[in-house]
Amino acid sequence: MALQETPVSKRLASVKRIIIVLSGKGGVGKSSVSTQLALCLYASSPNAKVGILDVDLTGPSIPRMFGVDGRGVHQSSDGWVPVYTDGTEARMACMSVGFLLKNKGDSVVWRGPKKNAMIRQFLADVRWGELDYLVIDTPPGTSDEHISLLEHLAPLQPKLSSVIVTTPQAVALMDVMKCISFTRAVNLPVLGLIENMSGYVCPCCGEISNIFSTGGGQGLADKEGIRFLGSLPVDTELVTVLDSAGVVEEDTATGFEVLERYRKTATCGRFEGMVRGIMANIP
Amino acid sequence: MIATQVMTSQGPNPLAVPDNAPEHCPGTDSQDAGKASACAGCANQEICASGKTKGPDPALPFIKERMSTVRRKIVVLSGKGGVGKSTFAAQLGWAFAADEQTQTGIMDVDICGPSIPTILGIASEQVHISSTGWSPVYVQDNLGVMSVGFMLPSSRDAVMWRGPKKNGLISQFLKDVDWGDLDYLIVDTPPGTSDEHMSIAQYLKESGIDGAILVTTPQEVALQDVRREISFCRKVGIRILGLVENMSGFVCPNCKTESQVFKPSTGGASALAKLTGVELLGTVPLDPRIGKCADHGSSFIDEYPDSPATIAYMNIIDRIKKLLDD
Repeated sequence: MALQETPVSKRLASVKRIIIVLSGKGGVGKSSVSTQLALCLYASSPNAKVGILDVDLTGPSIPRMFGVDGRGVHQSSDGWVPVYTDGTEARMACMSVGFLLKNKGDSVVWRGPKKNAMIRQFLADVRWGELDYLVIDTPPGTSDEHISLLEHLAPLQPKLSSVIVTTPQAVALMDVMKCISFTRAVNLPVLGLIENMSGYVCPCCGEISNIFSTGGGQGLADKEGIRFLGSLPVDTELVTVLDSAGVVEEDTATGFEVLERYRKTATCGRFEGMVRGIMANIP
Repeated sequence: MIATQVMTSQGPNPLAVPDNAPEHCPGTDSQDAGKASACAGCANQEICASGKTKGPDPALPFIKERMSTVRRKIVVLSGKGGVGKSTFAAQLGWAFAADEQTQTGIMDVDICGPSIPTILGIASEQVHISSTGWSPVYVQDNLGVMSVGFMLPSSRDAVMWRGPKKNGLISQFLKDVDWGDLDYLIVDTPPGTSDEHMSIAQYLKESGIDGAILVTTPQEVALQDVRREISFCRKVGIRILGLVENMSGFVCPNCKTESQVFKPSTGGASALAKLTGVELLGTVPLDPRIGKCADHGSSFIDEYPDSPATIAYMNIIDRIKKLLDD
């Protein structure tokens, strides 16, 4: 099949790898994993350039997690300028529908065709520039956003891969199974499966409770022949870092505060190990 | 295997999207009908472009008739995924149906990730067709359920549908399912504010939605999405019964100390309730047994009637009944 040139493929020609973070189920930590993945890739080399695109149009969480809630996107002659979350270094480019809303309570109530158009714009009209990695965070399900995304990215097939996130309970695993069927149908390589919210450490006595059961991710990965990247316990410190990051400072960001605070969490070390696994697996 | 055509042999096809519609069909009632690029070459392009299809959805009178025997229609919403919408919807259904005289229905409109069948322990059931329409699957005599989960050849199948197709199925769930006389119809929704939500609001406009329950967890990332959901409800004119905060606090089974797994860094649901003037119906603590019950398809409030979470659930349900004047 000859790869056609499209506005999307032209724009993303200077992107080396595209990693799509998926999960059939909502609230399992896709955005948190996307954020961590982007941060770890960013920190993996002093020159690494990373982009993060949030295609969850009706529930964008990425701006909050990066602490850039309330920032705006500027128009340039060469397209929309993404929000650089690391300030002047400009190695971490971020784009989300959240930047286009006037206030945080505004809802985006869109049907499919409008979502499709927005996703095309995010891919074709944002001045991404040269990127080593573009991480794409998706909404739950296997519907308009996912189908559109994969269609627009089809000409870039050799660069595409995905990471699937789940939580251990059966209800989540069932939806994730659907998501795996989806990746097969659209021929999207899966780098591996991450089990999130696997156990919770009591801050008082250190006892580990499996609040959402345990072990389900490993079992599913084995059964489906997917690489199991590891499990992440619920880390309240991480929840706090990703939750309240936005209130700290706004336009004055000089360093990359979220990254520094993230590095202090217990999850960071674990996640870096997984990222090494992911990178080794990228073709 | 991917199920894109699960129901061609089961009942009439949704009118909103013809069976032979092109993949990107904007929907016959859309402004772009007959004009979108996807319409080029479609056999129905002329009909759509003529504007005849933009009138009121022909399914509406049928939905109205079918819904005329349903006394209360409640929608369970939350902007965010995984906060416990389906678990709450199921508990609400069980609690209503605990009274043998109360006829209850649960309709799962999460087309891409139906969890209701698993949570209610009826995942392997199938939908049957009779002369009066599709029969819901009954958990007990007075609790009927409809979900796309009952229509898939296997639970692993992904439903890769765009909006118009999902809308078509939702309209069928409302007009072709033989719900019978119901005291309560609980509608469980997917996360977000998109096709499914707009369709439910639109299809039930004439029959009237009695109220929406918004489920959330305490952290800001979830509350952000709930704010969007509140603004959605206000936009489309759905009465908000109140907020339920789920996974709020966890009691360690070892040392019995309560800690916050998902820290309410911005004050949690109670702060949001104050700010928006929406009532906080109650908070349900995180109890790992709730998730386990959902996985096994059993009712938490029946299994653990004395747990703090059950008491919280029951108080919320009583409050909902009161708000509905029942």
